[in-house]
Amino acid sequence: MEQAKPLNETRPEPQARPTVGVYLASHLRDYGMLLALVVIMALFEYLTDGTLMRPVNLTNLFLQNSYIIIMAIGMLLVIVAGHIDLSVGSVVGFIGALAAVMMVEWELPPLVVVPVCLLVGFMIGAAQGYWIAYWKIPSFIVTLAGMLVFRGLTLALLEGQSVGPFPKNFQLLSTGFVPDLFGADKPNVTAILLGVIAASAIVLLAARARSRALKFGIEDEPFSFFVAKNALLAGAIIFVAYLLATYRGLPNVLITMAVLISAYTFLTNSTTLGRRIYALGGNEKAARLSGINTERLTFLTFANMGMLAALAGLIFAARLNTATPKGGVAFELDVIAAVFIGGASMSGGVGKIIGAVVGAFIMGVMNNGMSILGIGIDWQQVIKGLVLLAAVIFDVYNKNKSR
Amino acid sequence: MQDIILEMRGITKSFPGVKALSDVSLKVRRGEIHALCGENGAGKSTLMKVLSGVYPHGSYDGDIVYEGKTVAFGGISDSEDQGIIIIHQELALVPQLSIAENIFLGNEIAHKGVIDWPQVYATTAELLLKVGLSESSSTQIGKLGVGKQQLVEIAKALSKKVKLLILDEPTAALQENDSQKLLDLLLEFKAQGIASILISHKLNEISRVADTITVIRDGMAVATLDCHAEEISEDRIIRGMVGRDMEHRYPQRTPKIGATLLEVTDWNVWHPESAERQMIRDINLKVAAGEVVGIAGLMGSGRTEFAMSLFGKSYGQNISGAVKLRGQPVDVSTVRKAVANGLAYVTEDRKELGLVLDESILRNTTLANLGSVSTRGVIDDTQERRVAEDYRKALNIRTPSVFQKVMNLSGGNQQKVVLSKWLFTEPDVLILDEPTRGIDVGAKFEIYSIINQLADEGKGVIVISSEMPELLGICDRIYVMNEGAFLGELAAAEASQEKIMSMIVTA
Repeated sequence: MEQAKPLNETRPEPQARPTVGVYLASHLRDYGMLLALVVIMALFEYLTDGTLMRPVNLTNLFLQNSYIIIMAIGMLLVIVAGHIDLSVGSVVGFIGALAAVMMVEWELPPLVVVPVCLLVGFMIGAAQGYWIAYWKIPSFIVTLAGMLVFRGLTLALLEGQSVGPFPKNFQLLSTGFVPDLFGADKPNVTAILLGVIAASAIVLLAARARSRALKFGIEDEPFSFFVAKNALLAGAIIFVAYLLATYRGLPNVLITMAVLISAYTFLTNSTTLGRRIYALGGNEKAARLSGINTERLTFLTFANMGMLAALAGLIFAARLNTATPKGGVAFELDVIAAVFIGGASMSGGVGKIIGAVVGAFIMGVMNNGMSILGIGIDWQQVIKGLVLLAAVIFDVYNKNKSR
Repeated sequence: MQDIILEMRGITKSFPGVKALSDVSLKVRRGEIHALCGENGAGKSTLMKVLSGVYPHGSYDGDIVYEGKTVAFGGISDSEDQGIIIIHQELALVPQLSIAENIFLGNEIAHKGVIDWPQVYATTAELLLKVGLSESSSTQIGKLGVGKQQLVEIAKALSKKVKLLILDEPTAALQENDSQKLLDLLLEFKAQGIASILISHKLNEISRVADTITVIRDGMAVATLDCHAEEISEDRIIRGMVGRDMEHRYPQRTPKIGATLLEVTDWNVWHPESAERQMIRDINLKVAAGEVVGIAGLMGSGRTEFAMSLFGKSYGQNISGAVKLRGQPVDVSTVRKAVANGLAYVTEDRKELGLVLDESILRNTTLANLGSVSTRGVIDDTQERRVAEDYRKALNIRTPSVFQKVMNLSGGNQQKVVLSKWLFTEPDVLILDEPTRGIDVGAKFEIYSIINQLADEGKGVIVISSEMPELLGICDRIYVMNEGAFLGELAAAEASQEKIMSMIVTA
């Protein structure tokens, strides 16, 4: 490239690092929802006289929200790809019903039922994804149809009755806890140990990412902020692990969630597959002209969503220990709200797994806190609706400001 | 005899960084057909947008005197109220609605909001009679051909009591006999005292109907020709259209042309939606290693459609024809295969088709070739960053960092990002579609230099451009295209703007 030689060969000077305040103001969008979660938790901790953070309640909080969080992960990919999935609530109900019929009526062992249900979920997602990806039928319509179909099939499968209870070992999927390897005394040492390991891993990864970014000269996060952020995060994780340890230890679902969150964060951040989903949602035509198989990608995104919805359905059924025709009603709304509260864009291409998880926790803490306070379901809905609106307005405001 | 219906005086219109019109004056007499000629981008459409109020009063300098009064249109409805109706090249009809519904859209015959359908249909029937369209007023627009749709547009204009009709390339999409019908209609209107401004590239049509011709070039009215005072030859008009001097600077290159690299034979493509409309006819093209080949033609001549159909069947249906690379037949039926076989297409529409605007330079650069910066599907950040930095330096993309979102870059730098993306796929043949559209002069020179560099490296380059001086400046050979077919080819040495233009307009 002789003739196109740059006029200014010098690498741009790394800009002076901003102070913590300036940095935080310019990254309000990234940390805003996490801050909001902390504030909301502090608020309810105060209003409920400390009930919110009591080990029993904290355990409950995880159990109650696990299925929403698991689905929010899948929904984030769907929304980043520029689509929506309204059928997940019905799929939760349907898979719960299917599992109940297989285990309670046919008496099949959970080790058979769980993989079969996950496969069925995958196929449900694939079937919907097929019409969306290859026939270009709007996802809103396909999944609206799916929502009706699977709700109806749930009713048909259960013949309008509740079916249960489930075998003991299936219930462990949701209500089980990681056993303490170091004796049965409280606090649960395994739980604390796992908490410390998780916290160290997060800090280590953050430090590695920072050193690499520094090498490139692209890091503008002040060191004090970096230390404070990670110390707080690690502290919070160990503290929560400790609280849980004083009750019954780490719930199995928490481990499931942690694995899924890590796996999907890696997928979205570091793999070609994840990168291509963002490109597809950001500009489908450009992605296609770049040789990306946009149809297959859309298809896979929905199949993945179906599988995660099936997992959520199993966990939900295990938690209730019964499958009901109403199981999973309106879950799709909580899941979609969580993803948008977490900063995803309606038009696709923007959003983070961790954002969706934080969004789900915001919804979950509010549900839990307001229930403890005895606020009626009527006002709970009003408040949740307003929070969703506020979160999206905050997002749009920040986006406009940064232009 | 000087009964002037419209006079535009000293119209100057600027966009940020560009002067689109400078001191243009135009006089239209009542009941005349006034033709407006000029190259793409000369400023004809801008002038008409000023007249019709699309660019409201105050956003331009100069005066518009209409029917003896100075007017200040704030929007298109103001000019329509005065009887100035513009019919755009892309028709503004709703395909799902009927002829009658379309004609009275936004202007319904209604009493207190309730539409008087009998009146609507009766009036429509009268209007259709006037424009010579024998269709029922309840026929759905989508079922009519383009020619008939054009007539509906004119009927719509008549319904608004038109006094000055502006037609932007009305015959561009029409068959020969439909065009004739339309021109006859204009002559009829002329007899009734309705003035028309006709924008057209087809000089034979202009010489047939026009009373006066104004030639616009680079935002200036360079000539006004009275067709009744003297015999106006087509050459005279062409000279006016292209007459700028060739003092543009293009980087020097000594072509080192090697063996044939890409060969396309008998390429035929049909419209993606209507299978009976053939868009590309029997195109044969050759590009040699180290050669820069241009495709000249007007907008809508099918250049982009040809390029995109070649690049992984990204346009059209029923595509037939053979593609050979270095003498070997290759499969280019999907974008993936085309890229794998060494083809790259740099789109004319970088924002819509070329870039993911919300993402960084880095991510856009590697998008088409993520495989080579990853192992088993996991992206190597360091390597990806190195690639992006290399291209940033090689193409001189001006940015504080490769993590900058491409949305925030200037047009020239965005174009370089798209180029980076395709250079990173290491193609043998690059198709560059309007590579310098909407970018400033300095960046243009850099893009030309990159093109020369690529040719020197032994790649084949195909350049599609509406700017003829550009093609003449950088190409070794130029194909001239019109209505989906190649009219012929010219070696750069023997080509001139006049030759290309006359090939197109006399086709």
